[in-house]
Amino acid sequence: MTLIEELGAWLADPAHWTGPDGLLTRLLEHIALSGACLAMAVAIALPIGLWIGHTGRGAAAVIRAANIGQALPTLGVIGIILPLTANIEPYGFDLIPSIVALVALAIPPIVTNTYAGLRQVDPEAIEAGRGMGMRELQLLGLVEVPLALPSVLAGLRISAVQVVATATLAAVLGAGGLGRLIIDGIAQQDDAQLFIGALLVAILAIATELSFAGLQRLAISPGVRGRRAVRESAADA
Amino acid sequence: MPPGEPLLRPDWVVNNLDVIGERLAEHLGMTATAVGVGFVISFVLALLIRRRRALHATVVGAAGILYAIPSLALFAFLIPFTGISFVTAEIALVSYTLLILVRNILLGLDSVPPDVLEAADGMGYTSRQRLWRVELPIALPIIVAGLRIATVTTIGLVTVTSLIGQGGLGYLIVVAGINAFFPTAIYVGALLSVALAVAADALLLAVQRRLTPWSAARGETS
Repeated sequence: MTLIEELGAWLADPAHWTGPDGLLTRLLEHIALSGACLAMAVAIALPIGLWIGHTGRGAAAVIRAANIGQALPTLGVIGIILPLTANIEPYGFDLIPSIVALVALAIPPIVTNTYAGLRQVDPEAIEAGRGMGMRELQLLGLVEVPLALPSVLAGLRISAVQVVATATLAAVLGAGGLGRLIIDGIAQQDDAQLFIGALLVAILAIATELSFAGLQRLAISPGVRGRRAVRESAADA
Repeated sequence: MPPGEPLLRPDWVVNNLDVIGERLAEHLGMTATAVGVGFVISFVLALLIRRRRALHATVVGAAGILYAIPSLALFAFLIPFTGISFVTAEIALVSYTLLILVRNILLGLDSVPPDVLEAADGMGYTSRQRLWRVELPIALPIIVAGLRIATVTTIGLVTVTSLIGQGGLGYLIVVAGINAFFPTAIYVGALLSVALAVAADALLLAVQRRLTPWSAARGETS
């Protein structure tokens, strides 16, 4: 049987679609795991990035730590966490180490890009805000964050794509997600199954990249996005 | 993990130093092969792009798509064709180095000031002499920065090749460790792979600083 015929035969079996181990379940597990990890990473990384970006305090140490964090092999991190949590029922053997490793993977790009974005804000804009009597939090929320948003969202996009891609490794521990189709496919020498799994992960990673790129375009204030457009419309008026 | 199993059995480590050494050597070998082959391919691609700028979008676009495919998925795509083998692992590892290396080689060569090129031409250098004696030495720091990112990324990815029967230190983590419920092997593999990534990063950063004393003096970090 050629690979194309194998793929056709695999996809023709309805159990491969909607069964408890079917690709729809695996896809939903993958999205849920990635989404939860990204949300946790944002909750941790964004305040850190905003704090070091706004105050400049501790920035060098935090950025250095983030750079080292980015060099860590995810499988190594999973391995280091696993023996510590393996006896915690019921998720210590699969989900907890996967989540810790994926959150650790997602934090550095958000921290470094948020920091870089805030540092690039024109000091005169901050001065103007101060002159208008803004308090520190107002300054951060109304001036710095809107101006830094392109960079903040770029960090989020890098993290999201890496998490979606790397969540396949959760299957090594037996957790769900699309990696299961690949790992089970390798174990069962089922080329069709592993090929479908690979295709879905690749599509999901590219779709994540594109949707965050779209979000970036939507969420950026018109004044920051197209200075020229604003100026032209002002000239028309 | 079996209850009562300690996180680290020092006696296992001592008795299996040869196995650990072999896997470490395998890890270094796989990394060096991938970065070496990736560099040769990237260098040729970068020179071709410089001759025909129209190739730029195609080559960088294709390398970008390869880079976006998750590693386990790329291995899986190749298995029907090249099997569960060293070749499958290396094709995927090399693919991941291309985007970083092509981009940095081009950035490096483009960073050469036009005055310098003109001076070299004025001195009668042929284009090949100019490339090797003038452009490449000036481009070297940016090229080494690319090699550094590619090497650290590859060290992490080699651990994933344990899922297709290769793996270097990843073999200790996954096959000898996780699959066999043996924490000691997991820790030896995980800690060594993390240490290897951090050490390679520091070593290549030192090389990069050596080559650009002026940027270190200004306190730039990357």
